[in-house]
This record gives sequence, C-alpha cells and structure tokens, in this order.
Amino acid sequence: MDKIKKITKMKLFLPIFSMILVMMINVVYDIASGNPAFGFFSISINNGILYGRLIDILNRGSEVAILAIGMTLVVSASAGTDISVGSVMSLSGGMCCMLLAGYGVTNVSNYAVPLWVGMLAGIAIACVCGLFNGFLVAYMNIQPMVATLILWSAGRAIGLLLCNSNIVYVRVPSFQFFGAYCGIIPTPIIIAAVCVAIASVVLKSTALGTYIQSVGINKRASRISGFNSAKIILLCYVICGLCAGIAGLVATCRIYSADTNNIGLNMELDAILAVALGGNSLGGGKFNLAGSIIGAYTIQAITTTLYALGVSSAQAPVFKAIVVILIVVIQSQPVKDYFKKLSAKRAVAKEVA
Amino acid sequence: MENNIVLSAKGICMTFPGVKALENVDFNLRKGEIRALMGENGAGKSTLIKCLTGVNKFEAGEIYLDGIDGPIVNKDTLDAQRKGISTVYQEVNLCPNLSVAENLFIGREPMTKFHTVNRRKMNEMAANLMKELDLDVDVTQNLEEYSLALQQMIAIARAVDMDCKVLILDEPTSSLDDNEVAKLFVMMRRLREKGVGIMFVTHFLEQVYEVCDGITVLRNGTLVGEYSIDELPRVKLVAAMMGKDFDDLASIKQEGSGDKSKEPLVIDAKGLGHSGTIKPFDLEIHKGEVIGLTGLLGSGRSELARAIYGADRANAGTLKVKEKEVMIKNPIDAMNLGMGLLPDDRKAEGIIGDLSVRENIILAMQAKQGIFKKIPMSKQIEIADKFIEMLQIKTASRETLIKQLSGGNQQKAILARWLATDPDFLILDEPTRGIDIGTKTEIQKLVLKLADEGKSVMFISSEIEEMLRTCNRMAVLRDGAKVGEISGDDLTQEGVMKAIAGGGK
Amino acid sequence: MKKLKLGGNNILLAITVILFVVMYLGGCIIYADKGFTHLQTFLNVLINNAGLIAVASGMTCVMLTGGIDISVGSLIAMDCMFLAVGMEQWGMSSPVLMILVLVIGVVFGVVQGYCVAYLEIQPFIVTMAGMFFARGMTAVICKDQVSIVSDKLFTAISNAKINIPFGGYTNKKGIYQVPFIRPTVVVAILVVVLVFLMLKYTKFGRSIYAVGGNQVSATLMGLNVRKTKLLTYTLCSFLTSIGGICYCLNTMCGTTTQATGLEMDAISSSVIGGTLLTGGVGNVLGSFVGVLINGTISTLVKSNGKLVSSWANIITAILLCFFILLQAIFAKIKESKKA
Repeated sequence: MDKIKKITKMKLFLPIFSMILVMMINVVYDIASGNPAFGFFSISINNGILYGRLIDILNRGSEVAILAIGMTLVVSASAGTDISVGSVMSLSGGMCCMLLAGYGVTNVSNYAVPLWVGMLAGIAIACVCGLFNGFLVAYMNIQPMVATLILWSAGRAIGLLLCNSNIVYVRVPSFQFFGAYCGIIPTPIIIAAVCVAIASVVLKSTALGTYIQSVGINKRASRISGFNSAKIILLCYVICGLCAGIAGLVATCRIYSADTNNIGLNMELDAILAVALGGNSLGGGKFNLAGSIIGAYTIQAITTTLYALGVSSAQAPVFKAIVVILIVVIQSQPVKDYFKKLSAKRAVAKEVA
Repeated sequence: MENNIVLSAKGICMTFPGVKALENVDFNLRKGEIRALMGENGAGKSTLIKCLTGVNKFEAGEIYLDGIDGPIVNKDTLDAQRKGISTVYQEVNLCPNLSVAENLFIGREPMTKFHTVNRRKMNEMAANLMKELDLDVDVTQNLEEYSLALQQMIAIARAVDMDCKVLILDEPTSSLDDNEVAKLFVMMRRLREKGVGIMFVTHFLEQVYEVCDGITVLRNGTLVGEYSIDELPRVKLVAAMMGKDFDDLASIKQEGSGDKSKEPLVIDAKGLGHSGTIKPFDLEIHKGEVIGLTGLLGSGRSELARAIYGADRANAGTLKVKEKEVMIKNPIDAMNLGMGLLPDDRKAEGIIGDLSVRENIILAMQAKQGIFKKIPMSKQIEIADKFIEMLQIKTASRETLIKQLSGGNQQKAILARWLATDPDFLILDEPTRGIDIGTKTEIQKLVLKLADEGKSVMFISSEIEEMLRTCNRMAVLRDGAKVGEISGDDLTQEGVMKAIAGGGK
Repeated sequence: MKKLKLGGNNILLAITVILFVVMYLGGCIIYADKGFTHLQTFLNVLINNAGLIAVASGMTCVMLTGGIDISVGSLIAMDCMFLAVGMEQWGMSSPVLMILVLVIGVVFGVVQGYCVAYLEIQPFIVTMAGMFFARGMTAVICKDQVSIVSDKLFTAISNAKINIPFGGYTNKKGIYQVPFIRPTVVVAILVVVLVFLMLKYTKFGRSIYAVGGNQVSATLMGLNVRKTKLLTYTLCSFLTSIGGICYCLNTMCGTTTQATGLEMDAISSSVIGGTLLTGGVGNVLGSFVGVLINGTISTLVKSNGKLVSSWANIITAILLCFFILLQAIFAKIKESKKA
C-alpha cells in the first residue's frame, strides 16, 4: 500500500501513467483486431525513412511539445493559460508564407525574399503577440484568459488578411524540408528536440526557473525578495509567443502552405492538456517541464489512437475535453478535501479495529 | 443569567495546531454598554470574535445570549446573525455595486404579490431606516458612491435593523478620518441608548476613552481582566496589554551598548512618507546601531519601514543612504543599496511555500545577482547548509518544502535569506511573533551580533522587553506618524509605555 | 429628482451608445447608395443576430457573477446539428426536438455550473472543455452538412415575416417594400426584456449582482453563492439553446463549423455593452446595444464589398481590447482614489 502511494506521489507519475495507459489500449486494440500485438512499437526503415506509429506520434506531436514549453511557463507564472497560441501559430505561418510568396500570390516555387527573412518575420510577429498578451496580463492586471481571448479571435483573422484570405502554397524544397525529413528522421522531431534542449539548458544555466516559480507561488513575497514580478510574467508570455511562432512554422512547413483557417486549430486545448497531464497545477506555481513534454506526446498518442479507432479529427475533441475535465476535477480543492477526509476516516476505522 | 447582561462567554478554549489561541477566556457584555476589547497582536481578539460569531468552533466553554435559555451554538455567521449577534468588519462586507437600499435588505427584500422584489417599498423602508439613524443618504445610489465611513455605518444599520442584541465592531475605524470617526461614535452612542450591547475593537487608545464604558483586555490568549473605564487609565491599559503590571515595572537595563550617534549615517530620511499609511517623518540611523520602532499595532511601525525599503514606494520626501541621495522604486533598488526586509506577514510576504528551504534561502541573493548569474548548485547547498547550521533551522533536509516547517523555523529561513545577501541595513518587522521563547532569544542575540559587526538593524516588535534588550534608540509612532524618539536613560519600560500611550491622563 | 451621476460604469455605457449611433450614422452617410438608410437594414441586423442576442443575454448574466462561458458557440453548433439531423435523418417532429434542445441546454449548463460553483474550478477551463466537448459532439452526431428541408413547421417559422407598418420604401423597380422582421427577433427581444426584468426585480437577479460585487459579502449577507452560480450557468446554457434554435431558423442547416467564434461575439457584446469582466456591473440592455454594434460592424464590412469578412473579426477584437483596457484603467483610477 505504501509503495503504491510512493509511486503515485512521484513527480512524473501522471504523465507516464497516462502514456502507458494509451500504449496498452493500443496493444489491446491491435490484438483484438488481429494485428501483431506489439505493432505499436515497431519501427522500420522504408525508402530511407523511418516508419512506425511511435515515429508518427513523435513527429505529429512536435508542435504540441513546442507549445507545451511556453504554456508551462505561462501557467506557472501567471496561474492562467494563454489560449491564443493556436491563432498565433496560424498568424506566424501566414506571415512567413506571405513574405516568401509575396502578398496576394497563392502559389510559388521560388522565394520572393530569402527563407530566413520569412521565418524570422513569422517568429517575430508571434513574439509581438506574446508581448501584447504579457502586457495586458502583467501590467494591466487583466485575467490571462480574457487578455489572450483578444488574439485568440484576432490572430487567425489577421493571418487570413495577410494571406488575402487564400491558402498560400510555397512549393520550395528548402521550405518543405522543415516539415519533412532530415535524413531518415522527420525534421519536426529534431526541431522539437532542439527547442526542448534549449529550454532545459536555459532553465538549468540561468535562474529563470526559480524566478518564475517564486513569482507564481507568491507574488508579494517575490517582490519583497527583489523580483520584478511583472517583468517575469511578461517574459513568460513572450516565450510562449516565441514557441507558438516556431510551432506555427513547423505546422506550415509540414503542409508547405499557409492554411490559416486550419493551422493550429484547437491546439490551445492540446497545449493546456499537455501541461495538466504533465502533473502541473493549472493554479500556477511549481512546474515540471519534462512532465509537460511527456504530456504533449501522450496527447498526440491519444489523438493517433483515436484516429486508429476510427474517430475523426472533428470528433476527437470530445474525448480530450473529458480528459481535461477529469484532470481538473481531480486537482480541484473540494475533491482533494473529500479524499483527505475519506482517508482520515479510514485511518480512524483502522485504529478502532 | 445576571441582570442586564446580554452576552456572556464562559471559559472559552481554542487551540490551533501547536498554539493555544484562547485559554479559559470569559467575556461579559451588558445591555447598552460599549466595551472595548483590547490586546496586542496574537492576544486572541479575533479568535474570540470568531468563536462568538460561529466562524471558529471552540473546544470548551459556553456562550449565553439574553433571551435564549441554555448555551447557544452558532453554526456560522448567518446563524449568529439570526440569533442577534451581528459583526461589522474593518473591510466593509457589503456589495459596492448594489444600491444602499439593496445592501440593507438583500436576502430579505419586501416582495410584491408576483414574487418580485418590491423596489419602491424597499427604498421607502431603507429611507426610513436612514432617517431614523440620522444618516443623509440617497438610498437609490450605489454603495460605492459613498465614503468608507458612511459605508461602515450602512453596514451597522443593516446589522441593527436585523434585530441585533450584540453588535461586534472589529476595527471599524482604522480607515476613517477623525471627522468620520466622530460620526461613527454618534451612531454608536445612539445604539447604546437603544440598549444594544457593543463590542468595540480598536488600536486607537483615544477612541477607547472617548466612547467606551468598559475594557476587556486579553494577552497571549488569556483574559487579563475586565475593567470599567475609570479603573484603567491609559498607562495601565498599555501595561495590561503589554504584559507587565504597572506597579512592579522594574526597569530592565539594556544590554545593547551605548551611543552610536558618532558613527557615520547609514539611513537619513527627510520628510519621507507614503500617503494614506505613514505621514512624513525624519529618521537617522547610524552604522552599527539597532533602532527600535515602537507603538501599538496600526500605529505605522511597519509602514515606516516599508516606505524606507520601497515595499510601498514613498511619495514624499528624500532618502539618503550612506550619504548619497537615492530613489527607491522597488525592493530590488533597496537591496542593491544593501538593505533587507523581513516582513511581518510571514505567510503572505515572507515564505515561498512550495519551494524548498534551500531555494528560499538563496532567493534574495539570486535576485541581487540577476537572472543570468545562477548561483551554482554546489554554492547553493553550501550557503543553505551554512545557515541551517548557524541559525539551527530544524528541517528534515535542505530540500524540504518550507511550508512544512514550523513558524519559528520558517522565520529563521527568511532571516537566512537576508543574511545571505550580507546587508548593511536590515529591517526586522516582528521577527519574533508567534515563535517559541528559545528562538526568540536566539534572534535577539543575532541582532546584537549583527550590530557588533557594524551592521545597522531596525527592529520592530510588540514586546517592549526584547526591544529594550536590543535597541540603542527607539522611535515612537502613534496613529500613523512618528511622534518622538527615546534614547539614553529614558529607555525604560515605563518611559516607552508612556511615550506609546501619549498625552492625556 | 434623480441625479444622473456619470460614474465610470455609466461612462462605458455612454461611450457604447454613442459609438453605435456614430457608427450607424457613418454607415448611413458612406453607404447611402447601398440602402443603409432603410429601416430594413437595421431590421436585418436584428434578424441576423437574433440568436446572438439571446446568447449575449445569458453571457451577461454569467459575466455579472464574475465568470465567463466560452462554450456557447459550440453549444449552438451542437443544437443546430441536433435539430437538423433530428428532422432530416431521425424523422422527429420539430416541436419535440426544440424542447429536447432546451433540455440539453439545461443539462449542459448544470454540469458546467456544478464544476464551477461546487468544485471551484476556473470557469474558463470548465467552459473551454465544454466548448470542445460540444464541438466534438457536433461531429459525432453527423460529420457532414445537413440542410433542413423536410419539416414544414420549422420551415414555415423560418420563412414567416412579421410586417412593420412604417418605414417602407419603393425600390428601383417601383415595388413598395414593406419592412419586416422574423419570429426569431421577437423571441430574442422577449429574452432581453425577460432577462432585464429578472435581473432587476427578482431575488435571483439581485443575487447575481451581489455575487459579482463581492462574493464574501454575499455569503455573509445570507445568500447562497454556489446555488446562484449554478443557476446562472444553467440559465446561460438554456438561453444559448434558445439562441441556437433562432440561429438554426436563420441558417436552416447543421454543420460542424457553425457558429465558430460566436462566444467571442457574445463576450465582446457584453463587454462593449458595459459589463465588467470582474463582475457585478452590467446590464443586459447594454449587451443588446453591444450586439447591435457587432452586427453593424459586419454590415459595414459587407457593404464595403472590398473588405474580407475577417476584418469584422479584427475590428471586433480591437473594440474588445479597447473596452477591456478602458475597464482596466477605470479600475486603476478607482483603486488609486481609495488609497
């Protein structure tokens, strides 16, 4: 009994447990439908490219993983979520493609401006979005979700305007490269890995983590101890915008087009879910980046599994919504109190017996 | 039940985890009496009120209310209100966005036959009630249009109109100006004539002597005594609250050593103030000096310290630190000038509960170094271990979350946080509150040791004895202003108490 | 004599009304040739936004308690899909379906309200989950677009015109055009009036304001805060379902992407109409004007002809941002006055 308790109290218990659960569902499904039992885990190389469902999950999960980095910091520092990330992804993709193709052009096979200019502009505009959100939250004291609601609605619309309400195709191999393969490995996996690596190096080598957590746990005490809370919160939102920008470019390169209506659609839910699944409290404070990343891939695994089970992409949100509600209900104070009472009662009963 | 007594509490006991909050406390209130409940921080005033109004469940004791046979049990404040015990708090507990009439009648509105709120009748009733209490208020206006004093009185009107026998006023005057206080007193006297028993909590001694008939004093969760107002002149009241019988006030010789006025100035404030909390004050602090701030709670002790530190940015006057004029906008500016502040509200402004002891200790040092110069882990461990040992912080390990420590050890960890920054000027606001005697002595010794090392310390405490033991000089505060300084031979318990109590009798 | 005080909140509402008048008059001057001056243009704004009016009324109630409900758009999509599939594929009669839709709304609201009020989860998280749930359920009911053609009653209501006896004009062909509204407009206006009365004259209505004003005080004054919140979220989802039926009567179809971003319009209407995001202050009539502003913006964008429809989104977002900032500034001024 004690051992079980120890395991459930471990930091990464929730994300790893969910991941294993999803894998088991896959195995059971494979057995039931007569496929090889461990087909889920098999990886092969066809045509010089890695194949396999695991690779697919890692590949498709790149955007969520990148978003999860920023979202984790935002949740930790401001006890709120940034719901504009999906729209910002779309905006950054739209900005990039618009520059690369030229305004109003819908289909090109040559760059109008150098690739790096487009990419940088896409990321820059995403950072500006983050700056805007952060300003509203940190300096105007507006609730995070209301503040980010503005760009949640406007971001995608601006993206549509930039693309003249069209889908802009950029059919250049060097652009497609970022959404395709680098050698045998899908490039998005590498990009996500680099982002995660940079994030963890930054968190390790600077005091950013301590700053963010202490601001998130106790804003007033942090101020007395010499932290500038507003600046830290602003920084978190800018980082979140940056992550959204990178994720948006990855999603755009994947389909080598700026489909502003669909890029990043519902991604905010996935990102928030990743943070919650990672064992982080949505009430802010302590965070665990590794958990969020595992959470992100777990979400993708859930999505992939749902597709495998025949659920369409439009229907998938139903299940994700249920998972979100379950997680937050378990995290909620009244439920926690209830369980505490229950275990206290049990302890008393034991003593009596 | 004894004649004329409207509320009587007998032998109330209440413990919070680890602390005896109330021990066998009695409280009696007569009809048509205004009784002050006095006591310093942690004396148990608010706990007693909470017991009377059903917020806290007490462990032993009984409460009797006039007109009800046998002891009463209040499930919650509402229940207490229905029985006739109403409470009005310092923060007005009404809805600013509703009209005055609605605030008076919400939850018990007069209804029309269609089961809708009869607004006309409600406004009429409200206007009548206001007239009766001689308040000039348009009841259809939103509450927020009126001054805090009027809001306070409307809250009282609501309480009174609900047939209350006992009215508890919990520091209603702390945010009112003199004029408003006078108005409030008129109303209180009016209610007294009507036979309502009023329990009045305040920190302002003048107000007690102006309006009250009796005084009940608590200290450290026990009853010191119930007095009539004539029995207890100011100085005796202060003595009762501070915990020394006035008659055997033996002056305790200070252990802090002598005159430091020749040492160079560390802090030189001229006309520094923060509107609304502390009136402009002058203050000089020398190197190696321990200066005490004394005064009752709410007199502006913490506010003075916070204005210097930039926790509440000063908006008047000038500040010189080490002879150089400075602008302190934020705590970090003060820290870079070598200051540190141990705030009085440990939970809200001190600890970062979910971080470990180690992280809490290195926090201020890290903030000074900036975000890019992370203190290497080995150094963090070294610092944390050094202070855990030096201050004898009792913790399972340096990685234990600070919220799991006892109050005294949390306080030591916060102290360690500031010692780690090696400050020249350290402000300690109630560093010994709510911690055990042993730790108290350790902290006092530490203060003296720091002074010996040439650091200046500002020491704020409700306990005069420990101030006498540590301070070279004391600044006295009353009602949000610095009113004087005591040094040399006047630095005795008696002298300090007289200074705190101020003019009058 | 009542003094009309111009406090911060009244200023917000005044700005809104002036904004609407200026915007509409501006439209009349710029697009006079496109019939902007006709009464029917205004009535069309009402017809097109009948559903939104009902939703915004519910949203206002929720926001008055200091909460928010972003599930409304998806709930409407689910309602529409349910109605469409029910009529076309399951062969159910429209009155039964409409009642079912209302019941679904109530159940949906109770669940959300319970999570917010009794489990103390942030309203945003709860309703965001609700939003995705409803959107997903729409696709679970049916993945394709379903048009409503077979139900005669429903079609009849949808096509019914209620003529207005004045304000007509003769068009270029010399035919006199009688201005008209649809039954949905009547429903929407009825909702606004009823919610207005409810907020002003019932205990429940006043409790909503009290909860939004100061939750602690409301509890101390003997109000049941949790129950009030639960009922408010239920009311919001119920009104959203009424709005959903109105919406469906306008579009006569169910698709998975229907009413995306409608929550945004409802929230911005409320905020523009003077409802404080922090709760306690606001008025359903203000939200009604807010909806009219939203409708006028899209009519203006459409009348221009050259602008893409996403401009309407952007302008609404800018307006929302402007009003949120105004609110924040007013709040700061108030705070500094207190200190």
